[in-house]
Amino acid sequence: MREFGYERASDVPGALALLGAAPDARVLGGGTNLVDLMKTGVERPGLLVDVRELPLDRIEVTDDGGLRIGATVTNSDLAVDPEVRRRYPALAEAVLAGASGQLRNMATVGGNLLQRTRCGYFADLSKPCNKREPGSGCPAVTGEHHNHAILGATEHCVAVHPSDMGVALAAFDAVVSYETAEGTGELPLADFYLAVGSTPHLETALPSGALITAITLPPAPVAARSRYRKVRERASYAFAIGSIAAALDVRDGVVHEVRLAFGAVASRPWRAWAAERALTGGPATAEAFAAAADAELAAAQTLPDNGYKVTLMRNLVVALLTELTEEASR
Amino acid sequence: MALSTSSAITLNINGEKHTLPVDHRTTLLDALRERLDLTGTKKGCDQGQCGACTVLVDGRRAVSCLQLAVASEGREITTIEGVAQGEQLHPVQQAFLDLDGYQCGYCTPGQVCSAIAVIEEHAAGWPSAATTDVRPEAGVPELSAEEIRERMSGNLCRCGAYVSIVQAVAQAAASNTEDTEAAA
Repeated sequence: MREFGYERASDVPGALALLGAAPDARVLGGGTNLVDLMKTGVERPGLLVDVRELPLDRIEVTDDGGLRIGATVTNSDLAVDPEVRRRYPALAEAVLAGASGQLRNMATVGGNLLQRTRCGYFADLSKPCNKREPGSGCPAVTGEHHNHAILGATEHCVAVHPSDMGVALAAFDAVVSYETAEGTGELPLADFYLAVGSTPHLETALPSGALITAITLPPAPVAARSRYRKVRERASYAFAIGSIAAALDVRDGVVHEVRLAFGAVASRPWRAWAAERALTGGPATAEAFAAAADAELAAAQTLPDNGYKVTLMRNLVVALLTELTEEASR
Repeated sequence: MALSTSSAITLNINGEKHTLPVDHRTTLLDALRERLDLTGTKKGCDQGQCGACTVLVDGRRAVSCLQLAVASEGREITTIEGVAQGEQLHPVQQAFLDLDGYQCGYCTPGQVCSAIAVIEEHAAGWPSAATTDVRPEAGVPELSAEEIRERMSGNLCRCGAYVSIVQAVAQAAASNTEDTEAAA
Protein backbone atom coordinates (compact mmCIF):
# COMPACT_ATOMS: atom_id res chain seq x y z
CA MET A 1 0.00 0.00 0.00
CA ARG A 2 1.24 3.49 -0.80
CA GLU A 3 1.97 5.66 2.24
CA PHE A 4 -0.59 8.40 2.79
CA GLY A 5 -1.46 11.35 4.99
CA TYR A 6 -4.57 11.33 7.15
CA GLU A 7 -6.66 14.30 8.21
CA ARG A 8 -9.92 14.30 10.11
CA ALA A 9 -12.20 17.11 8.96
CA SER A 10 -14.47 18.74 11.52
CA ASP A 11 -16.45 20.94 9.12
CA VAL A 12 -17.27 20.98 5.41
CA PRO A 13 -15.11 24.02 4.48
CA GLY A 14 -12.17 22.36 6.22
CA ALA A 15 -12.73 19.13 4.27
CA LEU A 16 -12.98 21.06 0.99
CA ALA A 17 -9.76 22.94 1.71
CA LEU A 18 -7.93 19.67 2.34
CA LEU A 19 -9.38 18.09 -0.81
CA GLY A 20 -8.53 21.17 -2.87
CA ALA A 21 -4.92 21.27 -1.71
CA ALA A 22 -4.09 17.68 -2.65
CA PRO A 23 -5.16 16.42 -6.09
CA ASP A 24 -4.52 12.83 -5.02
CA ALA A 25 -6.65 13.11 -1.88
CA ARG A 26 -9.64 10.82 -1.35
CA VAL A 27 -12.60 11.15 0.96
CA LEU A 28 -12.71 8.45 3.65
CA GLY A 29 -16.19 7.52 4.85
CA GLY A 30 -16.60 4.00 6.20
CA GLY A 31 -13.68 2.83 4.08
CA THR A 32 -15.32 -0.51 3.32
CA ASN A 33 -14.49 -0.25 -0.38
CA LEU A 34 -11.70 2.34 -0.43
CA VAL A 35 -9.46 0.69 2.18
CA ASP A 36 -9.93 -2.67 0.47
CA LEU A 37 -8.87 -1.18 -2.88
CA MET A 38 -5.92 0.59 -1.26
CA LYS A 39 -4.64 -2.73 0.08
CA THR A 40 -4.51 -4.16 -3.43
CA GLY A 41 -3.10 -0.97 -4.96
CA VAL A 42 -6.10 -0.21 -7.19
CA GLU A 43 -6.52 3.03 -5.23
CA ARG A 44 -3.34 4.95 -4.33
CA PRO A 45 -4.35 8.18 -2.59
CA GLY A 46 -1.70 10.44 -1.08
CA LEU A 47 -4.11 11.81 1.52
CA LEU A 48 -7.26 10.55 3.17
CA VAL A 49 -9.74 13.14 4.39
CA ASP A 50 -11.88 11.43 7.03
CA VAL A 51 -15.37 12.95 6.87
CA ARG A 52 -17.18 10.81 9.42
CA GLU A 53 -17.22 13.54 12.04
CA LEU A 54 -18.80 16.09 9.72
CA PRO A 55 -22.31 17.18 10.77
CA LEU A 56 -23.86 15.36 7.80
CA ASP A 57 -25.26 12.38 9.69
CA ARG A 58 -28.95 13.29 9.91
CA ILE A 59 -32.07 12.16 8.08
CA GLU A 60 -34.68 14.88 7.89
CA VAL A 61 -38.18 15.11 6.46
CA THR A 62 -38.18 18.02 4.00
CA ASP A 63 -40.86 20.73 3.95
CA ASP A 64 -42.52 19.15 0.92
CA GLY A 65 -42.65 15.70 2.50
CA GLY A 66 -39.53 14.17 0.98
CA LEU A 67 -36.40 13.11 2.81
CA ARG A 68 -32.94 14.63 3.02
CA ILE A 69 -30.30 12.05 3.91
CA GLY A 70 -26.91 13.35 5.06
CA ALA A 71 -23.89 11.94 3.25
CA THR A 72 -22.31 10.40 6.34
CA VAL A 73 -25.45 8.58 7.49
CA THR A 74 -24.48 4.93 7.74
CA ASN A 75 -26.27 2.27 5.76
CA SER A 76 -27.55 0.83 9.05
CA ASP A 77 -29.00 4.12 10.22
CA LEU A 78 -30.62 4.65 6.83
CA ALA A 79 -32.24 1.21 6.78
CA VAL A 80 -33.57 1.44 10.35
CA ASP A 81 -34.99 4.97 10.04
CA PRO A 82 -38.78 4.88 10.56
CA GLU A 83 -39.47 7.54 7.90
CA VAL A 84 -37.40 5.68 5.31
CA ARG A 85 -39.19 2.42 6.14
CA ARG A 86 -42.60 4.11 6.04
CA ARG A 87 -42.22 6.38 3.00
CA TYR A 88 -39.69 4.46 0.85
CA PRO A 89 -39.69 0.84 2.09
CA ALA A 90 -37.86 -0.35 -1.06
CA LEU A 91 -34.92 1.83 -0.04
CA ALA A 92 -34.72 0.23 3.41
CA GLU A 93 -35.03 -3.23 1.82
CA ALA A 94 -32.32 -2.44 -0.74
CA VAL A 95 -29.88 -1.30 1.92
CA LEU A 96 -30.63 -4.33 4.10
CA ALA A 97 -30.03 -6.60 1.09
CA GLY A 98 -26.49 -5.28 0.72
CA ALA A 99 -23.28 -6.45 2.39
CA SER A 100 -23.36 -7.61 6.05
CA GLY A 101 -24.39 -6.07 9.36
CA GLN A 102 -20.77 -5.16 10.07
CA LEU A 103 -20.26 -3.42 6.73
CA ARG A 104 -23.61 -1.61 6.90
CA ASN A 105 -22.56 -0.15 10.26
CA MET A 106 -19.40 1.26 8.69
CA ALA A 107 -20.51 2.26 5.17
CA THR A 108 -21.92 5.72 4.45
CA VAL A 109 -24.52 6.67 1.84
CA GLY A 110 -22.13 9.11 0.13
CA GLY A 111 -19.54 6.38 -0.14
CA ASN A 112 -22.14 3.93 -1.37
CA LEU A 113 -22.74 6.14 -4.42
CA LEU A 114 -19.00 6.31 -5.16
CA GLN A 115 -18.11 2.65 -4.59
CA ARG A 116 -16.31 0.97 -7.46
CA THR A 117 -17.31 -2.02 -9.52
CA ARG A 118 -16.52 -5.51 -8.23
CA CYS A 119 -15.45 -6.69 -11.71
CA GLY A 120 -12.59 -9.11 -11.08
CA TYR A 121 -10.41 -7.55 -13.78
CA PHE A 122 -10.76 -4.10 -12.24
CA ALA A 123 -9.52 -5.50 -8.93
CA ASP A 124 -6.62 -7.44 -10.47
CA LEU A 125 -3.58 -5.28 -11.17
CA SER A 126 -2.03 -8.02 -13.30
CA LYS A 127 -4.84 -7.67 -15.88
CA PRO A 128 -5.75 -4.92 -18.34
CA CYS A 129 -8.81 -2.81 -17.46
CA ASN A 130 -10.02 0.31 -19.26
CA LYS A 131 -11.64 1.59 -16.10
CA ARG A 132 -8.46 1.32 -14.06
CA GLU A 133 -5.90 1.89 -16.85
CA PRO A 134 -7.53 3.76 -19.76
CA GLY A 135 -6.76 2.22 -23.13
CA SER A 136 -5.42 -1.05 -21.74
CA GLY A 137 -8.39 -3.13 -22.89
CA CYS A 138 -11.30 -5.07 -21.39
CA PRO A 139 -10.65 -8.78 -20.81
CA ALA A 140 -14.19 -9.28 -19.48
CA VAL A 141 -15.73 -9.08 -22.95
CA THR A 142 -14.09 -12.36 -23.92
CA GLY A 143 -13.40 -13.62 -20.39
CA GLU A 144 -15.28 -13.95 -17.12
CA HIS A 145 -18.45 -11.91 -17.55
CA HIS A 146 -21.38 -13.92 -16.28
CA ASN A 147 -22.24 -11.08 -13.89
CA HIS A 148 -21.58 -8.24 -16.31
CA ALA A 149 -23.74 -5.61 -17.96
CA ILE A 150 -26.50 -6.17 -20.52
CA LEU A 151 -27.63 -2.53 -20.75
CA GLY A 152 -25.67 0.61 -21.64
CA ALA A 153 -22.31 -1.14 -21.87
CA THR A 154 -19.76 -0.74 -24.65
CA GLU A 155 -16.83 -2.83 -25.89
CA HIS A 156 -14.67 -0.61 -23.66
CA CYS A 157 -16.26 -1.77 -20.39
CA VAL A 158 -19.01 -4.17 -19.39
CA ALA A 159 -18.71 -3.80 -15.60
CA VAL A 160 -21.79 -3.30 -13.43
CA HIS A 161 -22.37 -0.89 -10.57
CA PRO A 162 -22.62 -2.96 -7.38
CA SER A 163 -24.91 -0.80 -5.24
CA ASP A 164 -28.30 -2.01 -4.01
CA MET A 165 -29.12 1.32 -2.37
CA GLY A 166 -28.56 3.18 -5.63
CA VAL A 167 -31.23 1.11 -7.41
CA ALA A 168 -33.93 2.28 -5.00
CA LEU A 169 -32.60 5.84 -5.14
CA ALA A 170 -32.83 5.75 -8.94
CA ALA A 171 -36.46 4.64 -8.78
CA PHE A 172 -37.31 7.51 -6.45
CA ASP A 173 -35.65 10.36 -8.41
CA ALA A 174 -32.93 11.01 -5.83
CA VAL A 175 -30.89 14.20 -6.13
CA VAL A 176 -27.26 14.32 -5.01
CA SER A 177 -26.12 17.52 -3.27
CA TYR A 178 -22.45 18.42 -3.16
CA GLU A 179 -20.16 21.27 -2.23
CA THR A 180 -16.97 22.52 -3.80
CA ALA A 181 -14.75 25.46 -2.84
CA GLU A 182 -16.82 27.48 -5.35
CA GLY A 183 -20.20 26.69 -3.80
CA THR A 184 -22.96 24.12 -3.76
CA GLY A 185 -24.38 22.03 -6.57
CA GLU A 186 -26.97 19.36 -7.28
CA LEU A 187 -27.09 16.41 -9.64
CA PRO A 188 -30.15 14.25 -10.21
CA LEU A 189 -29.05 10.63 -9.83
CA ALA A 190 -30.03 10.14 -13.49
CA ASP A 191 -27.22 12.55 -14.44
CA PHE A 192 -24.81 11.63 -11.64
CA TYR A 193 -23.34 8.58 -13.37
CA LEU A 194 -21.79 9.10 -16.79
CA ALA A 195 -22.50 6.89 -19.79
CA VAL A 196 -19.71 4.35 -20.39
CA GLY A 197 -18.88 5.31 -23.96
CA SER A 198 -15.15 5.08 -24.60
CA THR A 199 -14.22 6.54 -21.18
CA PRO A 200 -15.24 4.00 -18.52
CA HIS A 201 -12.65 5.50 -16.13
CA LEU A 202 -14.84 8.62 -15.89
CA GLU A 203 -17.66 7.44 -13.67
CA THR A 204 -19.52 10.43 -12.25
CA ALA A 205 -20.34 14.03 -13.11
CA LEU A 206 -19.14 15.15 -9.68
CA PRO A 207 -16.68 18.05 -10.09
CA SER A 208 -13.09 17.51 -9.03
CA GLY A 209 -12.57 18.17 -5.32
CA ALA A 210 -16.31 18.00 -4.58
CA LEU A 211 -17.75 16.53 -1.40
CA ILE A 212 -21.15 14.85 -1.46
CA THR A 213 -23.18 16.39 1.38
CA ALA A 214 -26.64 14.84 1.05
CA ILE A 215 -29.09 12.84 -1.01
CA THR A 216 -32.60 14.24 -1.31
CA LEU A 217 -35.64 12.15 -2.14
CA PRO A 218 -38.55 14.18 -3.47
CA PRO A 219 -41.97 13.28 -2.05
CA ALA A 220 -43.38 10.19 -3.81
CA PRO A 221 -46.62 8.79 -2.38
CA VAL A 222 -46.28 5.82 -4.76
CA ALA A 223 -43.09 4.84 -2.93
CA ALA A 224 -45.03 3.91 0.21
CA ARG A 225 -45.96 0.73 -1.66
CA SER A 226 -42.58 -0.35 -2.94
CA ARG A 227 -40.31 -3.37 -2.80
CA TYR A 228 -36.75 -4.37 -3.55
CA ARG A 229 -35.98 -7.86 -4.81
CA LYS A 230 -32.45 -9.14 -5.20
CA VAL A 231 -31.15 -12.31 -6.82
CA ARG A 232 -27.68 -13.54 -5.92
CA GLU A 233 -25.61 -16.68 -6.02
CA ARG A 234 -25.99 -17.39 -2.32
CA ALA A 235 -28.80 -16.53 0.08
CA SER A 236 -27.11 -13.57 1.75
CA TYR A 237 -23.96 -11.44 1.83
CA ALA A 238 -23.30 -11.42 -1.90
CA PHE A 239 -23.60 -8.90 -4.70
CA ALA A 240 -26.65 -9.05 -6.95
CA ILE A 241 -26.67 -10.82 -10.29
CA GLY A 242 -29.91 -8.97 -10.89
CA SER A 243 -32.14 -6.81 -8.73
CA ILE A 244 -35.16 -4.57 -9.03
CA ALA A 245 -36.78 -1.74 -7.11
CA ALA A 246 -40.45 -1.30 -7.89
CA ALA A 247 -43.27 0.95 -6.69
CA LEU A 248 -46.80 0.63 -7.99
CA ASP A 249 -50.07 2.50 -7.66
CA VAL A 250 -52.92 0.51 -9.20
CA ARG A 251 -56.44 1.94 -9.34
CA ASP A 252 -59.34 -0.18 -10.65
CA GLY A 253 -56.94 -2.55 -12.34
CA VAL A 254 -55.14 0.26 -14.16
CA VAL A 255 -51.54 1.34 -13.54
CA HIS A 256 -51.83 4.90 -12.25
CA GLU A 257 -48.14 5.29 -11.45
CA VAL A 258 -45.16 2.97 -11.52
CA ARG A 259 -41.47 3.21 -10.70
CA LEU A 260 -38.95 0.62 -11.85
CA ALA A 261 -35.20 0.47 -11.59
CA PHE A 262 -32.79 -2.41 -12.24
CA GLY A 263 -29.54 -3.30 -10.48
CA ALA A 264 -26.51 -5.33 -11.59
CA VAL A 265 -27.32 -4.91 -15.28
CA ALA A 266 -25.42 -1.71 -16.14
CA SER A 267 -22.57 0.58 -15.12
CA ARG A 268 -25.09 2.52 -13.04
CA PRO A 269 -28.40 1.91 -11.32
CA TRP A 270 -30.72 1.57 -14.32
CA ARG A 271 -34.02 3.43 -14.32
CA ALA A 272 -36.42 1.48 -16.53
CA TRP A 273 -38.06 4.44 -18.23
CA ALA A 274 -39.28 2.48 -21.27
CA ALA A 275 -40.99 -0.07 -19.05
CA GLU A 276 -42.62 2.67 -16.97
CA ARG A 277 -43.95 4.37 -20.12
CA ALA A 278 -45.30 1.08 -21.43
CA LEU A 279 -47.14 0.38 -18.18
CA THR A 280 -48.58 3.76 -17.23
CA GLY A 281 -52.31 3.98 -18.00
CA GLY A 282 -52.50 0.33 -19.03
CA PRO A 283 -53.83 -2.79 -17.34
CA ALA A 284 -52.05 -4.21 -14.28
CA THR A 285 -51.75 -7.73 -15.64
CA ALA A 286 -48.91 -10.23 -15.88
CA GLU A 287 -49.05 -9.92 -19.70
CA ALA A 288 -48.65 -6.15 -19.51
CA PHE A 289 -45.81 -6.47 -16.99
CA ALA A 290 -43.98 -8.89 -19.28
CA ALA A 291 -44.50 -6.66 -22.30
CA ALA A 292 -43.15 -3.69 -20.35
CA ALA A 293 -40.07 -5.66 -19.32
CA ASP A 294 -39.55 -6.62 -22.95
CA ALA A 295 -39.80 -2.98 -23.97
CA GLU A 296 -36.99 -2.12 -21.54
CA LEU A 297 -34.87 -5.13 -22.37
CA ALA A 298 -35.19 -4.74 -26.15
CA ALA A 299 -31.98 -2.70 -25.98
CA ALA A 300 -30.12 -5.44 -24.09
CA GLN A 301 -26.81 -6.56 -25.57
CA THR A 302 -25.65 -9.84 -24.16
CA LEU A 303 -22.32 -11.62 -24.05
CA PRO A 304 -21.97 -15.42 -24.28
CA ASP A 305 -22.34 -15.94 -20.53
CA ASN A 306 -24.74 -13.25 -19.31
CA GLY A 307 -27.78 -13.69 -21.53
CA TYR A 308 -29.62 -15.26 -18.60
CA LYS A 309 -29.97 -11.77 -17.14
CA VAL A 310 -32.55 -10.82 -19.78
CA THR A 311 -34.81 -13.66 -18.66
CA LEU A 312 -34.00 -13.00 -15.00
CA MET A 313 -34.94 -9.32 -15.18
CA ARG A 314 -38.11 -10.07 -17.13
CA ASN A 315 -39.15 -12.59 -14.49
CA LEU A 316 -38.31 -10.18 -11.69
CA VAL A 317 -40.45 -7.42 -13.22
CA VAL A 318 -43.45 -9.73 -13.62
CA ALA A 319 -43.08 -11.29 -10.17
CA LEU A 320 -42.59 -8.10 -8.19
CA LEU A 321 -45.26 -6.06 -9.99
CA THR A 322 -47.71 -8.96 -9.63
CA GLU A 323 -46.94 -9.09 -5.91
CA LEU A 324 -47.48 -5.35 -5.51
CA THR A 325 -50.75 -5.55 -7.49
CA GLU A 326 -52.05 -8.34 -5.26
CA GLU A 327 -51.09 -6.39 -2.15
CA ALA A 328 -52.96 -3.34 -3.42
CA SER A 329 -56.15 -5.36 -3.89
CA ARG A 330 -56.05 -6.66 -0.31
CA MET B 1 4.60 20.41 2.45
CA ALA B 2 5.50 16.80 3.02
CA LEU B 3 2.55 15.02 4.56
CA SER B 4 3.15 12.96 7.63
CA THR B 5 2.33 9.34 6.93
CA SER B 6 2.23 8.30 10.57
CA SER B 7 0.60 9.58 13.74
CA ALA B 8 0.74 9.05 17.49
CA ILE B 9 -2.76 7.91 18.42
CA THR B 10 -4.63 6.87 21.52
CA LEU B 11 -7.02 3.95 21.19
CA ASN B 12 -9.69 3.18 23.77
CA ILE B 13 -9.91 -0.60 23.87
CA ASN B 14 -11.98 -2.54 26.39
CA GLY B 15 -12.01 0.56 28.60
CA GLU B 16 -8.23 1.00 28.59
CA LYS B 17 -6.33 3.72 26.77
CA HIS B 18 -3.36 2.71 24.65
CA THR B 19 -1.09 5.33 23.09
CA LEU B 20 1.02 4.20 20.18
CA PRO B 21 2.59 5.55 17.01
CA VAL B 22 1.05 4.06 13.86
CA ASP B 23 1.83 4.16 10.19
CA HIS B 24 -1.47 5.34 8.65
CA ARG B 25 -1.64 2.12 6.66
CA THR B 26 -2.14 0.10 9.86
CA THR B 27 -5.60 -1.39 10.18
CA LEU B 28 -7.32 -1.60 13.54
CA LEU B 29 -6.99 -5.38 13.21
CA ASP B 30 -3.20 -5.24 12.83
CA ALA B 31 -2.88 -2.67 15.62
CA LEU B 32 -4.80 -5.00 17.97
CA ARG B 33 -2.92 -8.16 17.06
CA GLU B 34 0.58 -6.99 16.20
CA ARG B 35 1.00 -3.96 18.42
CA LEU B 36 -1.21 -4.47 21.46
CA ASP B 37 -1.03 -8.26 21.79
CA LEU B 38 -4.82 -8.55 21.67
CA THR B 39 -4.78 -11.64 19.48
CA GLY B 40 -8.33 -12.78 20.26
CA THR B 41 -9.49 -10.87 17.20
CA LYS B 42 -8.66 -13.06 14.21
CA LYS B 43 -7.44 -12.28 10.72
CA GLY B 44 -9.29 -14.35 8.14
CA CYS B 45 -9.60 -12.86 4.67
CA ASP B 46 -8.36 -9.34 5.48
CA GLN B 47 -10.83 -8.13 2.80
CA GLY B 48 -14.07 -7.63 4.73
CA GLN B 49 -15.54 -10.85 3.42
CA CYS B 50 -15.40 -13.31 6.33
CA GLY B 51 -16.17 -11.49 9.61
CA ALA B 52 -13.43 -13.21 11.66
CA CYS B 53 -12.06 -9.80 12.69
CA THR B 54 -15.40 -8.44 13.97
CA VAL B 55 -15.14 -6.09 16.94
CA LEU B 56 -17.54 -3.56 18.44
CA VAL B 57 -16.88 0.10 17.65
CA ASP B 58 -18.98 2.49 19.74
CA GLY B 59 -21.16 -0.54 20.49
CA ARG B 60 -21.71 -1.48 16.87
CA ARG B 61 -20.12 -4.43 15.13
CA ALA B 62 -17.54 -3.65 12.47
CA VAL B 63 -14.83 -5.52 10.59
CA SER B 64 -11.49 -4.34 11.97
CA CYS B 65 -9.61 -5.31 8.79
CA LEU B 66 -11.19 -2.45 6.82
CA GLN B 67 -11.06 0.05 9.67
CA LEU B 68 -7.87 2.09 9.81
CA ALA B 69 -6.34 2.37 13.28
CA VAL B 70 -5.85 6.11 12.84
CA ALA B 71 -9.55 6.49 12.05
CA SER B 72 -10.43 4.57 15.22
CA GLU B 73 -9.06 7.21 17.58
CA GLY B 74 -11.77 8.63 19.83
CA ARG B 75 -14.02 5.62 19.48
CA GLU B 76 -14.79 2.96 22.06
CA ILE B 77 -13.54 -0.39 20.84
CA THR B 78 -14.58 -3.67 22.41
CA THR B 79 -12.80 -6.87 21.41
CA ILE B 80 -13.50 -10.45 22.40
CA GLU B 81 -11.11 -9.92 25.35
CA GLY B 82 -13.49 -7.29 26.70
CA VAL B 83 -16.92 -8.91 26.52
CA ALA B 84 -16.81 -11.04 29.71
CA GLN B 85 -17.33 -9.57 33.20
CA GLY B 86 -14.19 -10.85 34.90
CA GLU B 87 -14.60 -14.62 35.21
CA GLN B 88 -18.27 -14.39 34.24
CA LEU B 89 -18.59 -15.19 30.56
CA HIS B 90 -20.86 -13.10 28.39
CA PRO B 91 -24.17 -14.96 27.85
CA VAL B 92 -23.30 -15.29 24.15
CA GLN B 93 -19.95 -16.88 25.00
CA GLN B 94 -21.70 -19.25 27.42
CA ALA B 95 -24.29 -20.18 24.80
CA PHE B 96 -21.58 -20.97 22.23
CA LEU B 97 -19.94 -23.24 24.85
CA ASP B 98 -23.21 -24.89 25.89
CA LEU B 99 -24.29 -25.64 22.34
CA ASP B 100 -20.92 -26.30 20.64
CA GLY B 101 -21.24 -23.28 18.38
CA TYR B 102 -17.85 -23.94 16.80
CA GLN B 103 -15.43 -26.60 15.70
CA CYS B 104 -11.91 -25.24 15.17
CA GLY B 105 -12.78 -21.97 16.91
CA TYR B 106 -10.99 -19.60 14.57
CA CYS B 107 -14.12 -17.67 13.55
CA THR B 108 -15.60 -17.81 17.06
CA PRO B 109 -14.39 -14.45 18.46
CA GLY B 110 -15.90 -12.72 15.43
CA GLN B 111 -19.07 -14.80 15.66
CA VAL B 112 -19.47 -13.92 19.36
CA CYS B 113 -18.90 -10.19 18.86
CA SER B 114 -21.27 -10.20 15.91
CA ALA B 115 -23.95 -12.15 17.83
CA ILE B 116 -23.77 -9.73 20.78
CA ALA B 117 -24.56 -6.91 18.36
CA VAL B 118 -27.23 -8.90 16.50
CA ILE B 119 -29.14 -9.41 19.75
CA GLU B 120 -28.89 -5.70 20.57
CA GLU B 121 -29.90 -4.66 17.04
CA HIS B 122 -32.93 -6.91 17.19
CA ALA B 123 -33.89 -5.63 20.63
CA ALA B 124 -33.66 -2.09 19.23
CA GLY B 125 -36.16 -3.02 16.52
CA TRP B 126 -33.87 -3.19 13.51
CA PRO B 127 -35.35 -5.07 10.54
CA SER B 128 -33.24 -7.34 8.32
CA ALA B 129 -33.32 -8.62 4.76
CA ALA B 130 -35.26 -11.62 6.10
CA THR B 131 -37.99 -9.35 7.52
CA THR B 132 -41.16 -9.72 5.46
CA ASP B 133 -42.48 -6.21 6.10
CA VAL B 134 -39.94 -3.54 7.04
CA ARG B 135 -42.50 -0.79 7.66
CA PRO B 136 -42.36 0.37 11.29
CA GLU B 137 -46.07 -0.34 11.78
CA ALA B 138 -45.38 -4.02 11.09
CA GLY B 139 -43.42 -4.24 14.36
CA VAL B 140 -40.29 -6.18 15.17
CA PRO B 141 -40.00 -9.69 13.74
CA GLU B 142 -39.36 -12.67 16.01
CA LEU B 143 -35.68 -13.58 16.10
CA SER B 144 -36.36 -16.79 14.18
CA ALA B 145 -33.66 -19.11 12.83
CA GLU B 146 -34.15 -17.48 9.43
CA GLU B 147 -33.64 -14.00 10.94
CA ILE B 148 -30.53 -15.18 12.81
CA ARG B 149 -29.03 -16.75 9.68
CA GLU B 150 -29.56 -13.54 7.72
CA ARG B 151 -28.27 -11.25 10.48
CA MET B 152 -25.20 -13.46 11.06
CA SER B 153 -24.43 -13.88 7.35
CA GLY B 154 -21.39 -11.60 7.61
CA ASN B 155 -19.58 -14.26 9.67
CA LEU B 156 -18.38 -17.26 7.75
CA CYS B 157 -17.49 -20.57 9.43
CA ARG B 158 -15.37 -22.84 7.29
CA CYS B 159 -16.02 -25.78 9.61
CA GLY B 160 -19.71 -25.33 8.93
CA ALA B 161 -20.87 -25.11 12.54
CA TYR B 162 -23.79 -22.96 11.47
CA VAL B 163 -26.54 -25.17 12.91
CA SER B 164 -25.10 -24.86 16.43
CA ILE B 165 -24.22 -21.20 15.96
CA VAL B 166 -27.85 -20.38 15.14
CA GLN B 167 -28.98 -22.31 18.23
CA ALA B 168 -26.43 -20.52 20.42
CA VAL B 169 -27.52 -17.09 19.22
CA ALA B 170 -31.16 -18.03 19.78
CA GLN B 171 -30.43 -19.23 23.33
CA ALA B 172 -28.46 -16.11 24.19
CA ALA B 173 -31.19 -13.91 22.75
CA ALA B 174 -33.83 -15.74 24.78
CA SER B 175 -31.88 -15.33 28.03
CA ASN B 176 -31.39 -11.65 27.18
CA THR B 177 -35.16 -11.23 26.80
CA GLU B 178 -35.78 -13.01 30.13
CA ASP B 179 -33.27 -10.72 31.87
CA THR B 180 -34.94 -7.67 30.36
CA GLU B 181 -38.38 -8.86 31.45
CA ALA B 182 -37.13 -9.74 34.94
CA ALA B 183 -35.67 -6.26 35.28
CA ALA B 184 -38.91 -4.60 34.15
